[in-house]
Amino acid sequence: MKKNLPILIALVALLVLGVMRYEHFLSAYNVTSFWRYNSMFLLISIGMAFVIITGGIDLSVGAVAALASVVSALASPHGAWAGVIAGSLAGLAVGVLNGLVITHMRILPFIVTLATSLGAHGLALLLGHNDAVAISSDMNFAAFGQGDFLGLPIPGIVCAAAAVIGWIALRSSRFGRHALAIGGSEEASRLMGLNVDRTLVLVYAVSGLLAGIAGAILAAQFGAGQPNEGVGWELFAISAVVLGGTRLTGGEGSIAMTIAGVALLGLVFNLLNFENGLGYISLSAYWQSVIRGLFLLLVIVLQARVLGGKKAVKVAH
Amino acid sequence: MAQTPLLDMQDIDIAFGGVAALKHARLSVAAGEVHALIGQNGAGKSTLIKILTGAYRKSAGTIRFDGREVDFRTPKDAREAGISTIYQEINLVPFRSVAENIFLGREPRRFGLIDWKTVQRRAAELLESFGLRIDVKKPVREYSTAIQQMVALARAVSSDAKLVIMDESTSSLDEREVELLFNVVRRLRDDGRAVTFVSHRLDELYALCDRVTVMRDGQTVAENSMQEMDKLKLVTTMLGRTLAAVVHEDSAVKEANLAKRGPVVLSTQGLAAGAKVTDVSLDVHAGEAVGLAGLLGSGRTETMRLLFGADRPARGVLAVGGESAAFKSPKDAIARGIAYLTEDRKAEGIVPELSVRDNLTLVCLPALTKRGVVDVSKQREIVDGFVESLGIKLRSPDQPIRELSGGNQQKVLLARWLATHPRLLLLDEPTRGIDVGAKADVAKIVRELRDAGLAVLLSASELEELTAVADRAVVIRDGETVARLDGAQMNEASIMDAIAYGAGAESTLAEAVEEARHDR
Amino acid sequence: MIDDTQRAAPIAQAPVKKKRGVAIQREVAVLLAMIVFNLIFTQHFLSLQTFNVNLTQVVTIVIVGIGMTLVVATGGIDLSVGASMAIAGALAPMLFMNIDGPPGVLLAFTLPVIAAAACGVFNGFLVTRLNVQPIVATLVLFIAGRGIAQVVTDGSLQAFNNPAFQWIALGKVAGVPFQILLMLALVASFTWIVRKTLFGKYLLVTGGNEDAAYLSGIPTARVKMIAYTACAALAGLAGLISISVNSSSDANVVGLGVELDAIAAVAVGGTALTGGKAYITGTLIGALIIQLLRYTLLAHGIPDAAALVLKAAIIIAAVYVQRKRG
Repeated sequence: MKKNLPILIALVALLVLGVMRYEHFLSAYNVTSFWRYNSMFLLISIGMAFVIITGGIDLSVGAVAALASVVSALASPHGAWAGVIAGSLAGLAVGVLNGLVITHMRILPFIVTLATSLGAHGLALLLGHNDAVAISSDMNFAAFGQGDFLGLPIPGIVCAAAAVIGWIALRSSRFGRHALAIGGSEEASRLMGLNVDRTLVLVYAVSGLLAGIAGAILAAQFGAGQPNEGVGWELFAISAVVLGGTRLTGGEGSIAMTIAGVALLGLVFNLLNFENGLGYISLSAYWQSVIRGLFLLLVIVLQARVLGGKKAVKVAH
Repeated sequence: MAQTPLLDMQDIDIAFGGVAALKHARLSVAAGEVHALIGQNGAGKSTLIKILTGAYRKSAGTIRFDGREVDFRTPKDAREAGISTIYQEINLVPFRSVAENIFLGREPRRFGLIDWKTVQRRAAELLESFGLRIDVKKPVREYSTAIQQMVALARAVSSDAKLVIMDESTSSLDEREVELLFNVVRRLRDDGRAVTFVSHRLDELYALCDRVTVMRDGQTVAENSMQEMDKLKLVTTMLGRTLAAVVHEDSAVKEANLAKRGPVVLSTQGLAAGAKVTDVSLDVHAGEAVGLAGLLGSGRTETMRLLFGADRPARGVLAVGGESAAFKSPKDAIARGIAYLTEDRKAEGIVPELSVRDNLTLVCLPALTKRGVVDVSKQREIVDGFVESLGIKLRSPDQPIRELSGGNQQKVLLARWLATHPRLLLLDEPTRGIDVGAKADVAKIVRELRDAGLAVLLSASELEELTAVADRAVVIRDGETVARLDGAQMNEASIMDAIAYGAGAESTLAEAVEEARHDR
Repeated sequence: MIDDTQRAAPIAQAPVKKKRGVAIQREVAVLLAMIVFNLIFTQHFLSLQTFNVNLTQVVTIVIVGIGMTLVVATGGIDLSVGASMAIAGALAPMLFMNIDGPPGVLLAFTLPVIAAAACGVFNGFLVTRLNVQPIVATLVLFIAGRGIAQVVTDGSLQAFNNPAFQWIALGKVAGVPFQILLMLALVASFTWIVRKTLFGKYLLVTGGNEDAAYLSGIPTARVKMIAYTACAALAGLAGLISISVNSSSDANVVGLGVELDAIAAVAVGGTALTGGKAYITGTLIGALIIQLLRYTLLAHGIPDAAALVLKAAIIIAAVYVQRKRG
């Protein structure tokens, strides 16, 4: 629990800063639009958490989200559900591909997912003919990203559901526990008879699926599938997971803390907007990447101290 | 035996790299029996077990288990058939809880999700029946090795194993823990399961086991009930020679060597670091070869790393050539003339893709460098010299070192260190995993170096090899130096005894050795 | 029993570099095959202009790739090279536009590279002192570095026209663009460094077996630090070339995606991404192969995007083949 303290303190500090300094910080509008926008990042971060827990890494989620956004936009004329499902399946397909290449060709996850990110990006450009693909003007699909259900933003509900499912899965499903065991010791897991390959494929499939859903939300929220979006998303996810205290070497992890990580990174952006609105200082949006980088650095340094400089195990590279 | 044995292995053969590791090995274990499998290191016990459990594939022989002929291809198959192995390096997932480790892969579920309450309850019940009451929710790595052993056993029991193999499970346990463990084993036996027990502690075996199989040099040399085999007979069978012969061999030569030795090159008192090295004191003189003996995991490698500066000691004093030393890294030790040939040449020795030449000159490279550029002709000279003097067999010095045989790789590594003209050579299992011819070569080279005035500290698990090269022995047990043996006590039997029980042990073996010493 | 009749076999006279020889031949063969294909099927392929265009496209990638090869050889990776390019690219115009004449140009060449090198030192510190995994360590600057460049320039484009400075990219020597010569010179120098110097050997050992390196008294931390610093510095140089080519510096865009291109070139060029090898010339050939692939597709009307998919497949194939061989 000790290691979770820094991020929780930072989170509370930012929240307090926001509440005290900005008038509309806690307004329904700000909260719901924050939730709506960051739902995409939360989805991919949950997937990334599972992957990192097994000691792997998935660098393709950004490009997969972009690909899924194009696919769902293309499918949207056939109805909202068609759009959502098409995007999700596209993500799932790439995820399964990742998992299979990693387990059967025995190539490092870092390299495989790097390659698939290139491929997915290329595919997205091809499908969109190098351009954004507008979603069908029929209102339905846009609602998936822009609409509300019972007063709550739909993307928010989707990512909340994913978070709950992810939390339960990590805690009490064989899949989740085996993922933890594999990350802790792949050798012991194999010797204990766990089907390591199957769990790994599933983990990457889940990551891809969640990225696919995130892509569908992207298209629905912004009105078009965008092949060039998604750049840097995987880094957001990795940062959120690391900020949440999950070690990159795997074996331990927490969905709740990952959510805190996403919230923290999202808050930085949110606070910057407010600060600029106040007009005292004008901090360009460029500061957000510097600040995010600083947070990551801080957590890395703290983790290094906490672990006592233990030699990192080469897993995901 | 009245019924057909539960496990029957016959005529098992296997070879590694052309060297036979098992020849017509046999093992038969009946249900409801605790069976001891003993032999020196390198006798073939672990290999036989690995073949049984599917980690290795035998090249010949048959295995019958539970009435059928079997040939397991993976450890998973063996486990599903009902064979569980508890290794010395415990294979549990360290961050997961005790309860979870016991049921990993077979977790009881309710509505599709793992039923943690049941998992924890059954785990606690199981351990309690072993006489152990611990918090099963805590991660396994927070518990001692002894407890981890029992968790591993609990896992075997909960998966209805018919045969449980315990490989050196008691090496790091104290008396009370051993008794606890033995009660569990007896319970397994009474339940009708079979247990194969591998251990060096002979007195323990008599307390626990019903029958015994003795292996030597890859062969099964005896199968008997424990009653019919007295300790003396057991040791003699393990060593293949009479105790008297063992005690008197070579002791005169070794004493002569010791008389010729030079001044102290390295000495240490009270060396300690972490859990593995608790209190080591020894010294090595120029012109002598000191053998460091002990079981796997007794702290020998860790001691050498401390002496070499690869790890930092928490306590203790170290002196090289009479002057005190505190190494911050291997670089410091190398500068003082210490060389270290590591135990695992693949993991810590060779740089696989680099050429033999580059590997050989790795440590002395700075001396061959002028203004940053390596002098290739000087390099070549040194390499050619060693290839000839050590008899290294290769195609060309530029080929990648991984293409060489184990024995030749070891010679290159030895040359790497000799090229630095050290005054102390630390050898960690120098003949591990190499063919007989290369073993003999290395032994000869080490003896020659010793005769030329080099100080040698040699760690070897195979006692026969240790006694062949070393003039005296220092025995380490659980990170502590427990015995110093020289002269007439420098023999395999005494070393074995000291390893199992420490110096001045009251084991019947020590008495027997003492008697043999006085016999002429 | 020691048998004295067992003597070493006579040492072969000529050094045998069989495996690597075959590998280089394979890569060159692929390259030649692509050139031949284009000679036959692509119009205007055999012209100085095509030659120049293709080579200049790869210059920045190769120069960054050289640095990446060094880092990968130690068993690491550097994701921050694009950020180093952006930082150098942002600083240079500020220097030569505000300080007139030769001193301005001189400073514009040296200070940005030093700034980029500082990024490398930062990376190296995280990796060697705090034992952070290279991918995470360089992630920090990947995220924040470009941001720093953007903040300093406020994200705005700096357009300029400074022939002295831009000569590095636009100048020609005997009809060949200087940047190509610079690239070739760097490839040659670093190949020599890796093969002939103490540092080069230490580099390979650090990545090939770090434990063995440590136990042999090799200063692995220092070796890694040098590798990361050199990598970032080279990226800085590449940044200067990049802005010179465009006559403008846009912190949002300079070096975007170069890390992937560099890693691809390194992988296709035969350097194992797990460390222990450093084929600088391989990186050059790898970059050329990828570039030629793009060009071939473009010249035949296939969208650039398809090249991405193919690049992905090539990387996987190259790494897989590497593993089977090794």
